[in-house]
Amino acid sequence: MRIKRYGVGFAALAVASALVLTGCSGGGASTSTTSANTTAIISTNGSEPQNPLIPTNTNETGGGKITDNIFAGLVYYDEKGAPQNDMADSITTTDSTTFTIKIKPNEKFTNGEAVTSDSFINAWQYGALFSHTQLNSYFFEDIEGYNAESDSVLTGLAKVDDQTFTVKLTSPQSDFPLRLGYTAFMPLPSVAFTDLAAFGENPIGNGPYKLASTGAWQHNVKIDLVVNPDYTGGRKPQNGGLTIKFYASADAQYADLQSNAVDVIDQIPDSAYQTYTTDLGDRAVNQPAAIFQSFTIPGRLPHFSGEEGQLRRQAISEAIDRDTITKVIFEGTRTPAADFTSPVIDGWSDSIAGSDVLKYNADDAKALWAKADAISPWSGTFQIAYNADGGHQGWVDAVANNLKNNLGIDASGAPSPTFAQVRTAITDRTIQTAFRTGWQADYPGLFNFLGPIYATGAGSNDGDYSNPAFDALLAKGSSETDTAAANKDYQDAQSILFKDLPVIPLWYSNVTGGYGTSVSNVHFGWNSVPLYYEITKG
Amino acid sequence: MAGYILRRLLQAIPVFIGTTFLIYFMVFALPGDPIIALFGDKTPNPAIVAQLRQQYHLDQPFIVQYLIYMGGIFQGNFGVSFSGQPVIEILARTFPVTLRLAVIALLMETIAGILVGMVAGLRKGKLFDGTTLAISLILISLPVFVIAFVAQFVFGVQLGWARTTVGDGAPIQDLILPAIVLASISFAQIVRLTRSSVIETSSLDFVRTAYSKGLGRRRIIPVHILRNSLIPVVTYLATDFGVLLVGATVTEGIFNVPGVGNTLYQAIIRGEGPTVVSFVTVMVLIYLLVNLAVDLLYGLLDPRIRYVK
Repeated sequence: MRIKRYGVGFAALAVASALVLTGCSGGGASTSTTSANTTAIISTNGSEPQNPLIPTNTNETGGGKITDNIFAGLVYYDEKGAPQNDMADSITTTDSTTFTIKIKPNEKFTNGEAVTSDSFINAWQYGALFSHTQLNSYFFEDIEGYNAESDSVLTGLAKVDDQTFTVKLTSPQSDFPLRLGYTAFMPLPSVAFTDLAAFGENPIGNGPYKLASTGAWQHNVKIDLVVNPDYTGGRKPQNGGLTIKFYASADAQYADLQSNAVDVIDQIPDSAYQTYTTDLGDRAVNQPAAIFQSFTIPGRLPHFSGEEGQLRRQAISEAIDRDTITKVIFEGTRTPAADFTSPVIDGWSDSIAGSDVLKYNADDAKALWAKADAISPWSGTFQIAYNADGGHQGWVDAVANNLKNNLGIDASGAPSPTFAQVRTAITDRTIQTAFRTGWQADYPGLFNFLGPIYATGAGSNDGDYSNPAFDALLAKGSSETDTAAANKDYQDAQSILFKDLPVIPLWYSNVTGGYGTSVSNVHFGWNSVPLYYEITKG
Repeated sequence: MAGYILRRLLQAIPVFIGTTFLIYFMVFALPGDPIIALFGDKTPNPAIVAQLRQQYHLDQPFIVQYLIYMGGIFQGNFGVSFSGQPVIEILARTFPVTLRLAVIALLMETIAGILVGMVAGLRKGKLFDGTTLAISLILISLPVFVIAFVAQFVFGVQLGWARTTVGDGAPIQDLILPAIVLASISFAQIVRLTRSSVIETSSLDFVRTAYSKGLGRRRIIPVHILRNSLIPVVTYLATDFGVLLVGATVTEGIFNVPGVGNTLYQAIIRGEGPTVVSFVTVMVLIYLLVNLAVDLLYGLLDPRIRYVK
């Protein structure tokens, strides 16, 4: 889960800032052989990292953009989100439970230390240990020995030799190799552990880029990265370096793009949604991302459990005109949802059985609602809670109006001043209304959109949804060794979700961005971040 | 005089304690758990949340948190932000930038505002007076973010005369455009204050006496009229300096100035108690000092004002 926060934006001027989830993208080919200047520095937008630059403690986009470029994990994701070996020579398994990982020989950190099995094992042990309170520690929860409540060694990690180690999981996880490209699984040099705070300020990595110098991270201003000549993986930079400028608002970075003060940005401000395609022409980017937006109706709310609940959820879903809302309110920067995942993910399908419930059908919605009323008559107001500092009011009001007009019920938004307030009420289960939810994938796999949210007792199962048939299909998918078979299981699992609708799918966030006239070969990766190593300038 | 200054400085102590207490309480009373918000839309493991809360003393009752914070301050420790940076470093990094911006803006508005206001006051009812009145009215009625966005778009994007946002190290040339934006509204206020004050002073007896003594305008205007008209303007400038240091959040956001307003705003959103309180405390201290300086300045401007012990 990558999170992103903004400061003062145009829409935010009245009160708010926003905690906005920003996203991902994919698609398109990416080859270019221009005679570009290989020493040119590419500049791009970013935000001040909220944590020291330690991979296991970086869970937001500001820091993630940096760590992903200065570290290289076992695999990296190509533009389509497919994993490619980076430090790994091979990752093999026969049962999706025990994985044997071989590391390429002669890989080095920028301080000259060799990248070995210990570089990974020690980093993972550090990141998983309870008392280290790393924000990404839950990524290690499937490894044997993990304990979320007290200090415990990951006994599932075993060193075979300097280039080989094995990982034993507590249950089969067919997509485990896919996860290994996520920031949390990056290796660390041994020097990191002598003083991690100092290391987080001047990290030493093994990725395509490295810090230009000690102190290259100028807080609240920028960070300068230069090419790491020792990097041999598939992300070989086609430019001389990367300057990530920290912006407090998307408006400021857009103004900079227009005046050529920055080369590439991956976020267009709301205020420019109507104009950016004309401003930028074919240098504008707008494509679906790995971000799923929804609202959750907890089953404990009156009228929303059992058969009555199913009918009401289906009625609500069919009463929402997603096409119009994404066009009018979001100017086409959202894509109406067709499932519970994202179109940039391998295995996505817009024709899963039951997905008709996402189509706007006011008459059917009314009929379903009437059927539910026959079971138990509706009373009260249907409310959707959201944080007022996140720019959600527009769509929440639109959805509420849809429900009012099509179901003939009283519906409204329930704003809370801050994000923290809504999340706290959701987490301690005191919230008594439906509430806004969103999910940005950590790694490009269907399971990541399903397991952590809808599995019984899962960490982010905010609506306390539980369906044994769904859990069984997830487990079946996880134990498949064939990706296509696993994806089929996950699609079947979604059929169940379409019946139960633990959340009402709304839309996928798009990545909106743009680039200047002096750069070319700009492509956005599956996670909405430009593939900086490919960009050429001059 | 020295005794007066000392007494004023001593008065700052209870103000300091009172403000830190109030601000700390307000941050504490912000609804929601900032630790949970750190995890975004993902629901964190409760044990990790508990551990982090303990690390930032958020599990303690309010008064204990406050005492821990105050105890730190007296040892020169202003606490640590969620990103692990000492708050004192954040202060040291951001205050000089905002201070620079504030000083540039203040210089611009003072020089331009007093000059224009004086001329308008001396030529009351003439064309110049009417024009400045109209312009100042327009400037006062425009919200600062409108001026900022328009200035950024016209001078930064279209004409390319200035950089759209403030670059590396916040050099003076980058700060000029945001400073003009900040100065524009206060400029209008200063023009109007100076004008009315000049008009009022001009009709006082001692000015007429000066004229009847045969003194020239070159002596009367700066020494007799202007000097005696400046007290309300200086009071305004002092308040404005405080506002510039504290309230430039919007302008700093638009021009991406890595200053106090921007940083404080982010800290409030994240619910970072130590950062917010430390920033506000420093702001309060600056306010107190500026006000003391102004009170002392009164004495220089108007010899009738004397400070007693």
